[in-house]
Amino acid sequence: MMISVGNIEKSYGEVKALRGVSLEVKEGELFGLIGPDGAGKTSLIRILVTLLKPDVGSATVNELDVVKDFRKLRNQIGYMPGRFSLYPDLTVEENMTFFATVFGTTIEENYHLVKDIYQQIEPFKERLAGRLSGGMKQKLALSCALIHAPKVLVLDEPTTGVDAVSRKEFWEMLKRLQKMGITILVSTPYMDEANLCDRVALIQDGKILTIDTPEKVTQSFGHKLWAIRSDNMYLCIRHLREHSESDSVFAFGEYLHVTWKDQDMQADEMEKYLSDLGHTNVEVKRTEPGIEDVFMDLMQKHDN
Amino acid sequence: MENEDIVIRVRDLVKKFGQFVADDHLSFDVYKGEIFGFLGANGAGKTTAIRMLCGLLEPTSGELTVAGLDGFKQREAIKRRIGYMSQKFSLYEDLTVNENIRLFAGIYGIPTRIRKEKTEELLEKLELTSARKKLVRDLPLGWKQKLAFSLAIIHDPSIVFLDEPSGGVDPVTRRRFWDLIYEAAHEGITVFVTTHYMDEAEYCDRVAIMSAGKIVALDTPEALKKEWDATSMDGVFLKLARSNE
Repeated sequence: MMISVGNIEKSYGEVKALRGVSLEVKEGELFGLIGPDGAGKTSLIRILVTLLKPDVGSATVNELDVVKDFRKLRNQIGYMPGRFSLYPDLTVEENMTFFATVFGTTIEENYHLVKDIYQQIEPFKERLAGRLSGGMKQKLALSCALIHAPKVLVLDEPTTGVDAVSRKEFWEMLKRLQKMGITILVSTPYMDEANLCDRVALIQDGKILTIDTPEKVTQSFGHKLWAIRSDNMYLCIRHLREHSESDSVFAFGEYLHVTWKDQDMQADEMEKYLSDLGHTNVEVKRTEPGIEDVFMDLMQKHDN
Repeated sequence: MENEDIVIRVRDLVKKFGQFVADDHLSFDVYKGEIFGFLGANGAGKTTAIRMLCGLLEPTSGELTVAGLDGFKQREAIKRRIGYMSQKFSLYEDLTVNENIRLFAGIYGIPTRIRKEKTEELLEKLELTSARKKLVRDLPLGWKQKLAFSLAIIHDPSIVFLDEPSGGVDPVTRRRFWDLIYEAAHEGITVFVTTHYMDEAEYCDRVAIMSAGKIVALDTPEALKKEWDATSMDGVFLKLARSNE
């Protein structure tokens, strides 16, 4: 195992950030930690990169203990924090040189690792890092995290607040790094990014809801799921929630995703119910659940 | 929608910063009660456009009418007729829920008697009655978002602008938040929203996509998907919104 986390707990005063988290990441894997703000993603990541100590439990990265062996371990981990943490008053090239020097290497020595990414910002290497656009800052931060040739790359919400085009490009970069043999742990609040990982852990309120491949996570959804729409989506949501047999009703893109307490509920019954209430262009069909459906279902099970 | 009232009218709207053209001849209409999605890659010119529509920034040239008011000459009046909520919230973290409501109601000149009624109504609707004396800083993110949205429309504005309102929350909370948006639109408030969640673009009545300072597409999500031969708005966006770095 490249990363091994055993029953970690972490509190800040009264607030329990992690309530017994265990997981394992295999060598060469692209592993996603998926959950909303406040789920505990950053606390777990900061423990793994040796910036925070757990209250209870232990973790190893490449068989080094995150507390006892933190000095050795830091040479083996590349870390890209959620906030831009480079020196804004140094140039692009100065930042790179700085991080290379701190780890006792040079840009030239590991240029092959960052080449793909760094080449895109190299034309601006004289520019102050603080003056780069969002996308370029991100590429510089990733280059700096890679310049000491780490075995493991840990990224805390690299795509948060980033538009869909840049997000796609960023994931393509991660895939290329994975092919070079780097193990990657990445956190994200975007559920749709789960499908780009080999395996994912869904995390909420400091607890892991499930860990598996994205395919198996979606297969675990235990209800018949229906996609329903009509011309008036606002009233459609309200009317379906008022139905005594409806279990969950949520907007999902252009349809509502609906589950029923009665698994034998038929499409024509649902159609008739809505038509009788005055809905027009009613459409009802079966649909396959996504990661987000599973997340919402597991979340509500945990709350009850 | 063609026959309905136009609440935002934009014609050939341009904003330049020095030589840089942030918004290049934008033209579109937004109708009453519509949920209008405004999408674009980072740096496409969205924020500049929204700042002009809110009366915060004077356009360089073109025509702009918001809630019947002129976007060049009546910018102060526009600010009173609209609501605004951003990603970073507009709430004061070190004031209580009650105090925030009182502050916003005061800023918008709502009389005390009406304010008291509205406060009770709002607290009940948001299920915040027991938390009314809590500091906003101590509320969960999802509650803050709902409160920020409710305060952005406390003065019954014609239009509410939501700038990436739902980032970071869990999927259930995100949808509960959209329930509020649907409800506001149903009651006749026009909702102008930017988001990075492409599934949320599907909840909009119409969507405009910006790229490099121009509007490159504007239609219902259904029509856009058909036109660009995509199964989701994500697909449409990836085809249209080339990042301009």
